[in-house]
Amino acid sequence: MARMAAPSRPPEPGRRTLGQGRFPFSFWSDPAIRSVVWQIVFVAIIGWLMFEAVVNARANMQARGIPIDFGFLDNVAGFDINQSLISYSATSTYGRAFLVGLLNTCLVSAIGLVLATILGALIGVARLSKNLAVAQFATVYVEALRNVPLLLQLLFWYNAVLKALPAPRQSYALPFGAYLNNRGLFAPELVFGPGAVWVGAALLAGVLAAIASWRLIRSRPARRDGRLAAGLFVVFLAAGLPAAAFFIAGRPISFAFPELKGFNFIGGIRLLPEFVALVLGLSLYTAAFIAEVVRAGVQAVPRGQSEAAAALGLPRALALRFVIAPQAMRLITPLLTSQYLNLIKNSSLAVFIGYPDLVQVFAGTVLNQTGAAVQVIFLTMAVYLAISLCASLAMNLYNRRFALAER
Amino acid sequence: MASESSGSLQSRVAVFVRREPAPAYPPPPERQSLSDLLKANFFDGWLPTLMTLAVLAVVALALPPLLRFMIFDAVWSAPDGELCRAPGAGACWAFIGRKLPYFIYGSYPVDARWRVDAVLFVGAVLIGWLLWLDAPGRRIGGLLFFLIYPIFAFVLLHGAPSLGLPAVDTTLWGGVFVSLLVAAVGIVASLPLGILLALGRRSALPALSLASTGFIEFVRGVPMITVLFMANTMLPLFVPESLAPDRLARPLIGVALFASAYMAEVVRGGLQAISKGQFEGAAALGLRPWPTLRLVILPQALRHVIPGVVNSFIGLFKDTTLVAAVGVFDFLRTVDTARLDPVWAGPTISATGYVFAALFYFVFCFGMSRYSLLVERRLFYSG
Repeated sequence: MARMAAPSRPPEPGRRTLGQGRFPFSFWSDPAIRSVVWQIVFVAIIGWLMFEAVVNARANMQARGIPIDFGFLDNVAGFDINQSLISYSATSTYGRAFLVGLLNTCLVSAIGLVLATILGALIGVARLSKNLAVAQFATVYVEALRNVPLLLQLLFWYNAVLKALPAPRQSYALPFGAYLNNRGLFAPELVFGPGAVWVGAALLAGVLAAIASWRLIRSRPARRDGRLAAGLFVVFLAAGLPAAAFFIAGRPISFAFPELKGFNFIGGIRLLPEFVALVLGLSLYTAAFIAEVVRAGVQAVPRGQSEAAAALGLPRALALRFVIAPQAMRLITPLLTSQYLNLIKNSSLAVFIGYPDLVQVFAGTVLNQTGAAVQVIFLTMAVYLAISLCASLAMNLYNRRFALAER
Repeated sequence: MASESSGSLQSRVAVFVRREPAPAYPPPPERQSLSDLLKANFFDGWLPTLMTLAVLAVVALALPPLLRFMIFDAVWSAPDGELCRAPGAGACWAFIGRKLPYFIYGSYPVDARWRVDAVLFVGAVLIGWLLWLDAPGRRIGGLLFFLIYPIFAFVLLHGAPSLGLPAVDTTLWGGVFVSLLVAAVGIVASLPLGILLALGRRSALPALSLASTGFIEFVRGVPMITVLFMANTMLPLFVPESLAPDRLARPLIGVALFASAYMAEVVRGGLQAISKGQFEGAAALGLRPWPTLRLVILPQALRHVIPGVVNSFIGLFKDTTLVAAVGVFDFLRTVDTARLDPVWAGPTISATGYVFAALFYFVFCFGMSRYSLLVERRLFYSG
């Protein structure tokens, strides 16, 4: 049968027409229908697999007496945690243990992030130095720490260094009255007496006033003379107000120094060797990666920018600050965010050296005691996913504002 | 600015005009003397001089004790820990020498260790064949490595009673060969899975794209330890009793899933590097979507992703140390266990073990990263 001529009107681009072939093949030869059918098949297969998994899980969990819901979080924990930022004892609930682990993870991550960023930026800049000794030293550091697994470095710091430190009686004395021994790092502690609130309020007021006056000064036309006076004035506002409040309130803040009494130290705060090893290992490892990120960001700025800045007569320091650094930050920021996320995820290695972070406390001890694998792992993963998603969202917002507009 | 008459331009004469050319600088020396080179690189000003001296001071303080520990004061052979406990003794390499079979094979039965040797040797030959970019017949090597070798390795390592090879339980496996096994399984399983996930993420079908993106972002957002815990404790709950995977298979599945999410991102980067003209040219030739992918796109994309795959492999090899959390005796775990041996107990044993493990991982990972740089350079120049 001769086919009729082509349809009088060609189909509009982008609109899928139905029924282009001959029945009964008209359905299958149409890409729109095919895609819908494939998607239905795909969703059906995934849905069936998940249904089977849930049914099996329920049956297995009931057979082994494992709790099915989240009610076990109200049960008594029965184990102690040797470092916690909130009050916790063996009679607290599993839910409270979850909170303690979460806060410990946040603490380790925060300190690790700050230290890693500072060290990584320094080493990244050192790698770009024209001084060969400094550049090679930084290269050796980066290559040595990037090619050795983080777990090995953590175990080294914990077992071979911190546990090999001398006993409290022969501690190493550090500056500011701190002591290092195999029971941990003992540092002076800030003691807040009555009236410390006023110092805090004065500090807040001073900083806000300093920021406000700095903006006021900068909004006016710049003057050569009087810059030093303006800077001193701002510093006086930020530091002088709290200092005045400190003395007026009768010195409410003081230091409590650790002192050796017998075989141990009394007073001051004690940082566990596990904590020190984890922070040290994480910071040094991530600093090597951050150094590479900084180096990549600075080297991605075209050389013409430095040359143009030099042609304009800008000193090298000012050129770095006003020309190179802002452009380098475009590449550094997303890479830096992913390294931050790596550090937060790597803090879960605390499970190997016994530091009570979220994974060690919740997905380790609580999971072993209750056997509620699905709930525990789900909660742990939810925490890390929330952190990752927040960071991704923040980075996408930043990219949308600052990234290069592609043509 | 007010318009100026033409006369005023000539009256604006420059303040200073040279009357003859400026004297030329002398030409730069063809070859700089050693002192010039040293000065330019190390002592170019007071601050660089200070920094060079600081670096030299650090090296002078740190290097001699390190060399003394590792070479000059080290104990190279001893029957037990007596010599290593002597004051002033350095690294106890005798301990490493004695424990080396344990570090390589774990608790694998001594009379069956030839099987591990065979698997490692064949694996090394095949990997060398694949990594050598100018080797002939790499496609055959690829087929052998990805299809035949896994079956061969599984049969030999696990044992097949029907073939006369006694079965060896996976709880006895340990050491370097387990680390290499976990890393190899991770890479071999993650390549096809990663390609599928990357294609799914770029797909026009919303269900596929959502599912792939969700899986990739989920796995990349959680630490590997939680994925291993999930595979170890949750997987037996999700499958009926009859299919329960054994102790080594569970972390392997976890590692494969984890690696495939990261591999999917690497492949996606490679796919994005392919210009749209390739797709359009294939469509103009009348190729359907799947043959386009198979014949035109994927060969080009996979060439671009080789450096990324090698980097993934380095990261995966370092991450295999984490399987110790679920009870698998990888290389680092064997070192960590061996250092507790009371026969060899001493103040330097822990450091010796860790330095040895660090050297092993450094040589391996640094070598692989040099190889990836070489491949990148070759790809860059070959276009």
